[in-house]
Amino acid sequence: MGTEMMVATNSGTARAEVLRRIRVAKGGTSDTETAGTAWSRVAREYRRSAVLEPKSLLELLEDRLRDYDAHVVRVGYCDVADAVAKMLAARGKRRLVVPAGLAAEWLPAGFEFVRDDGMSSTALDAFDGVMTGSTVAIAVTGTVILQNVPGQGRRAVTLVPDYHLCIVNAADVVETIPQAMDRLHETAKLTTTFFSGPSATADIEMTRIKGVHGPRHLDVILIV
Amino acid sequence: MSGVALDPKTSPVFPMAAKAALGDTQMRKNVRHATDVIQSKRARVVGEMPDWQQLREAGRQIRQHTMEHLDFYLEQFEENCTRAGGVVHWARDAEEAKRIVTALVKASGSDEVIKIKSMTTEEIHLNDALAAAGIHAYETDLAELIIQLGEDQPSHIVVPALHKNRQQIREIFQRKMNLPELGETPQDLADAARMFLREKFLRVKTGVSGANFLIAETGGVCIVESEGNGRMCLTLPETLITIVGIDKVLPRFQDLEVVLQLLPRSATGERMNPYNSIWTGVKEGDGPRAFHVVLMDNARTEILADKEGRQTLNCIRCGACQNACPVYRQTGGQAYGSVYAGPIGAILTPQLQEMHYAQSLPFASSLCGACYEVCPVKINIPEVLIHLRNKVVKQNTAGIAGLFDVEAGAMKAMAMIFKSERRFRAAQRLGRIAETPLVRKDGRGVGWIGWLPGMLGGWTQVRDLQEMPEETFRDWWEKRRTNGN
Repeated sequence: MGTEMMVATNSGTARAEVLRRIRVAKGGTSDTETAGTAWSRVAREYRRSAVLEPKSLLELLEDRLRDYDAHVVRVGYCDVADAVAKMLAARGKRRLVVPAGLAAEWLPAGFEFVRDDGMSSTALDAFDGVMTGSTVAIAVTGTVILQNVPGQGRRAVTLVPDYHLCIVNAADVVETIPQAMDRLHETAKLTTTFFSGPSATADIEMTRIKGVHGPRHLDVILIV
Repeated sequence: MSGVALDPKTSPVFPMAAKAALGDTQMRKNVRHATDVIQSKRARVVGEMPDWQQLREAGRQIRQHTMEHLDFYLEQFEENCTRAGGVVHWARDAEEAKRIVTALVKASGSDEVIKIKSMTTEEIHLNDALAAAGIHAYETDLAELIIQLGEDQPSHIVVPALHKNRQQIREIFQRKMNLPELGETPQDLADAARMFLREKFLRVKTGVSGANFLIAETGGVCIVESEGNGRMCLTLPETLITIVGIDKVLPRFQDLEVVLQLLPRSATGERMNPYNSIWTGVKEGDGPRAFHVVLMDNARTEILADKEGRQTLNCIRCGACQNACPVYRQTGGQAYGSVYAGPIGAILTPQLQEMHYAQSLPFASSLCGACYEVCPVKINIPEVLIHLRNKVVKQNTAGIAGLFDVEAGAMKAMAMIFKSERRFRAAQRLGRIAETPLVRKDGRGVGWIGWLPGMLGGWTQVRDLQEMPEETFRDWWEKRRTNGN
C-alpha cells in the first residue's frame, strides 16, 4: 500500500500540469454548465427508435444470433425447463454453475445446478457450463447484455465455463443500440457485459474461429 | 525489422523502410488478403445502415465536443471513478506512465502480468519497461501473442499480425509452445493458444489493459474486444491497471450508443464485436479488488493546441483508414516505424513526437482521400497531412539553420529563375544538357530518370521523372507564330 500511496502523491503535480496544458491548449476552463449546454447541441439525427413489428423484431434477433453461430429456440414461459433439459442433453452437459437468483422453475430435474457463491476461477473452469438470464437483447446486432443482478451474477461466471445457456425474455428485446442504452442508463454503474455470439477471432488469415478464450458454445432460449 | 521495437526515434525514414517492405512479397500478399477481406465485410455491414452518415456526423461532433471540454470531462471521470473505488493517476509523458505502472505492478506483489492488446502500452513500450523491472508481461490477444512469441512487431491497429499467414504462425507456435505435432488450421492454432494462455489467466494476479472509452458521467471504463481474453484480464486478477490516453474520454453513457455502432462495423466489419465490457471502479465480489487508471498525456495536449491537427485526437482506433489506404496496402504497417501505421499513423505518430521524429510520414500518402471517406468520425486525414507537411517544411527552414538549409536555398533560386523569362529559358537549356547522363530509354523510346543526385533525389526516391522534351512549349509556340499558322 505504501508504494501505491507514493505513486498517487507524485501524480498530484502531473495532474495539475496535464490540466494546465489542456486549458492553455484550448484557451480556457470548462465547467458543468458550458459542457452541458454544448453537449445538448450535438446533432443526433441517427435512428434511435424501432421500426419493426414485434414479430419481425424477434425474427431479426434470432437471425442475427444464428449468424454468430448461436443456437436459438423460442418457448413459452412454462416450457423453459423442458427446453433447458433438451439443450443440455443435446450438448452432453450435466453439471452447470448458476448465479444466485436464477428462477428455480427454469431448472429441470436430472442435472446438477450449483449456485455460485464466489467460487475460484479454477473451480468455475471445472463446470460443463453456465446458465443465466439477461437484461436486454439488441436485435439489429444480435447482442445480449448481462449485468451484475440476481440471475445474471458476476462476470467470471459467464466467462470461464466453456458453454453458456442464456435465457432472454421477449419483453427485453429491443431493436437498436440507442434503445438498449436508454434501458441501461439507470443501472449504468453496474458491471455490464455485451456478448454477440460465442468468443471469436479473425486474427489468423481473417478466418472467423470460434472460442479462443471465452465460452465456445452459446445457446439462447427466447421466452415469448 | 523483427524484434526491434517500432520506435519513431530510431526507425528509418518511410521511403527507405517502404522500399525494403516492397521486396517482401509474402508479407504483401498476406496484407492484401487481410485488408481485402475486412474492406468487403465493412462495406457490407455499413451498407446495412441507412443512418450511417448521421452516425458519423454525431461521432465527429461528440469527439470534437469532448476535446473542447477535455479538462472538465477528465476531472469528472476522475471524481466518479474515485467515488466508485478506483484510483486515478496522471502521467505527463511515457516515462512517467511507465514508472507509475511498474510501481503499481510491484505493489500488487506480482512479477507477472496478463495483458490485453493495447495500442497505448505499445506506444510507450511498456513491456520493455516491465521486463527491465523484472516483471514478465504475457500478451493474451491471439495476434499479440503471435507477435510476442515471434519476436515481431505489430503491423495493424486492429489485426496486429495480419502480415503473418497460418504456416508462419504455426511455425512460431511449434517452436515457442513446444508443440511439434501442431496442425495448421486456424482452429488448431486457436486451440493451442487457448491451452497456452488459460493456465496464465487462472494463475496471474495482476492485469494490465488499455481502454477504448472512459465515461465521464459515470466513471466507467469500456473495452471492446472479440476473443474474451480482455474479459479474462479485466475480471480474474486481483489488481487491474488500465492505462489510457487522455483523448479516450466520452462525455456521457449515452454517447456509447454512437461509438458502439461506428467502431465494430468500421474495425472488423461486424455488426457488433463478440464482447464489450463496461465496469465502474471496483464491485465487491465481481472482478479485481484494486483498480487503477493511469491517464496519460504524452504529447496529446500538444496536438490539442494545434487547431488544424486537433481532429487527430478524435480517432477511435478502428483501423479502417489503414485497410483503405493504397500506400499501406503495398508497404504493410512496419514501414511506418511506429505502432500507429497507415494514414492515421502518418498524422498521429509525428504529432506524438512533437514533430521532432517521423517527419517523413506526412509525405507517405497519395492524398487520394480514401481514408477520409471511411473514417467513422470523419477525421479529414488529407487536410491534416497537408497541414503537417507544411509544418515539417517550416520547422526545417526556421531560424539560423534555415539560412543554411539547402532545400530552402534551392527554392529561393527557383523563385529567381521563374521570375525572369531569360533566366527560365537558360535554365531549360541547361537542364537538357545536365540530364543527359541520367536518362534511360524505356521500350517505347521514352526517356526516364530514376535517380537524381543530392537533394533532388528526394523526388526520384518515390517516383520516376520523364526526361525534358526536345522542344519546349515556348519554342513550339513561337515557331508556330512565325510560320503564320
